[in-house]
Amino acid sequence: MTSWLLRRLIQALFVVLAMTVIVFLGVNVIGNPVDILISPQADQAERARAIIALGLDRPIWEQYATFLWNAVQGDLGKSFVFNEPALRLIASRMPATIELAVTAVLLSIVLGIPLGLYAGLRPNSTGGRLIMAGSIFGFSLPSFWVGLMLIMVFAVQLGWLPSTGRGQTETLFGIPWSFLTRDGLAHMVMPATNLALGNIALVLRLTRAGVRETLPLDYIKFARAKGLSPARVLAVHVMKNILIPIVTVIGLEFGSIIAFAVVTESVFAWPGMGKLIIDSINVLDRPVIVAYLMMIVFLFIAINLIVDLLYTVLDPRVRLETRE
Amino acid sequence: MPRPMNEETPFARFRAEFAESALAVLGLVVVLIVATLALLAPLLAPQNPYDLAQLDIMDGRLAPGSTSADGLTFWLGTDDQGRDMLSGIIYGLRISLGVGIGSAAIAGIIGASLGLAAAYFGGRIETAIMRLVDLQLSFPAILVALMILAVLGKGVLNVMLAITLVEWARYARTARGAALVERRREYIEAAECLALPRWRLLFRHLLPNCMPPLIVIGTIQIARAITLEATLSFLGLGVPITEPSLGLLIANGYQYMLSGKYWISFYPGIALLLTIVSINLVGDQLRDVLNPRLRR
Repeated sequence: MTSWLLRRLIQALFVVLAMTVIVFLGVNVIGNPVDILISPQADQAERARAIIALGLDRPIWEQYATFLWNAVQGDLGKSFVFNEPALRLIASRMPATIELAVTAVLLSIVLGIPLGLYAGLRPNSTGGRLIMAGSIFGFSLPSFWVGLMLIMVFAVQLGWLPSTGRGQTETLFGIPWSFLTRDGLAHMVMPATNLALGNIALVLRLTRAGVRETLPLDYIKFARAKGLSPARVLAVHVMKNILIPIVTVIGLEFGSIIAFAVVTESVFAWPGMGKLIIDSINVLDRPVIVAYLMMIVFLFIAINLIVDLLYTVLDPRVRLETRE
Repeated sequence: MPRPMNEETPFARFRAEFAESALAVLGLVVVLIVATLALLAPLLAPQNPYDLAQLDIMDGRLAPGSTSADGLTFWLGTDDQGRDMLSGIIYGLRISLGVGIGSAAIAGIIGASLGLAAAYFGGRIETAIMRLVDLQLSFPAILVALMILAVLGKGVLNVMLAITLVEWARYARTARGAALVERRREYIEAAECLALPRWRLLFRHLLPNCMPPLIVIGTIQIARAITLEATLSFLGLGVPITEPSLGLLIANGYQYMLSGKYWISFYPGIALLLTIVSINLVGDQLRDVLNPRLRR
């Protein structure tokens, strides 16, 4: 287990390294580094001075080494707009995004699994068919448009929910959170639902497929023959087996959710990382763009690693194979 | 040799099987209507939304069904520039479909070629290509597109490039899967014995037999490309304001939605939705008809 973990960590490190090369080359070779790193308001003399100060006159591999050295120390440059270290800026927006993403994941579990179980146990009932038909919409509707429609119906027409922003926040561990206040929760309902829709459909379909595959298996028949109650067969015998792919997918999708939060945050003016990156791209605040890209790559690799770990915990067969 | 009377041609069988689902036929009809609207936009639209001489700012934000001073009826209302929404949508479809189909097609050509090459040559080439596919697919589409646009900036070509880079991997995986099965068949061996050039073998012998799954994937990828373009344009990273696609039209209407002027965002959204859902319906039915495992 330890050697496996070590191997995975080294692999992950290489992927991070590869991505720094890609982002660095993307910004410095495809884009013009002078435009990226020096504020557009600078005049000629300032530019020349900055080029030397930033080391842009040195060979590319040396520049990369400097970039990497600074990045390891957590220095990815300063935002032109906020005049704050880019990394700290992103970190300050991160809780809002994480809060939204975690709520969306919880929603997709709480709604997706029961709906999927129902559709799997009664595949030919009207309800089951309706759930499956509805799930197609969860996949194919563009999420930004669904968000707009939610605002139109629930905020503008009915006036039940607030349309934009985080609402009132409460500080916990020095970080403001929305889920601790009533107002904040009300602000979170629509964005979280919007973000969760695709995932609810995904979890629902996976659960249904798993139930349909597992029910005819011998061990389920045996459990029934033992006289176990249907509830126990479902909760213990069926669920334990179908949970493995579901956990994997939910884990892997957590990264997508954070990426897709870009769209939801823009629609609902939710002040998270996603909104920050869109605003930064629009005003060409490039240090923030670079920092965001690095951060998200790091996050993705971390998520993949954690999912793999969880997998071995949930599935003893995987654990056995890695021990050999 | 004359064909026996009762034997149906492959195309007739394909058509009959496709028509088994009324929903899919409906989808196909909608796709054809949308495509016609997009192709013939200048002839069909009541107004040219790019021609500033035809626009009157006094007509701005009129509700659906209102008429302008010179008697033109705005069936779907107008936007803030006094542009007829119906015309805006028809012209927007042109851009959305153009970008979507164009980039899905380029991605298809690149992806299918790489997938075929991977399956045919095997070894290091295959490993290299498939590793790249895995890496690409492990990042969500929106993120990859965001990265590319963040580095390259906005614009129609950059959006197409982004969508192409997002989509090629799925074609490559599909093409490789199909080609792995096909390349063991006798006709490939026969073609090899004839010492045909490699490209001919790949593209004239192997590719046509891998087409069915590629067509299915292609349909769905077009719908995905249109969605992605709309999303990027909505975020303000896509097409320029002078050539509004459906996504940009929706974004323009967003600020007026809160004051109850829903139609500026609503109708372009409906057009987008109808397009995507009907393409998906057609794709689903194609998958059932073209899948040899379901062959009756």
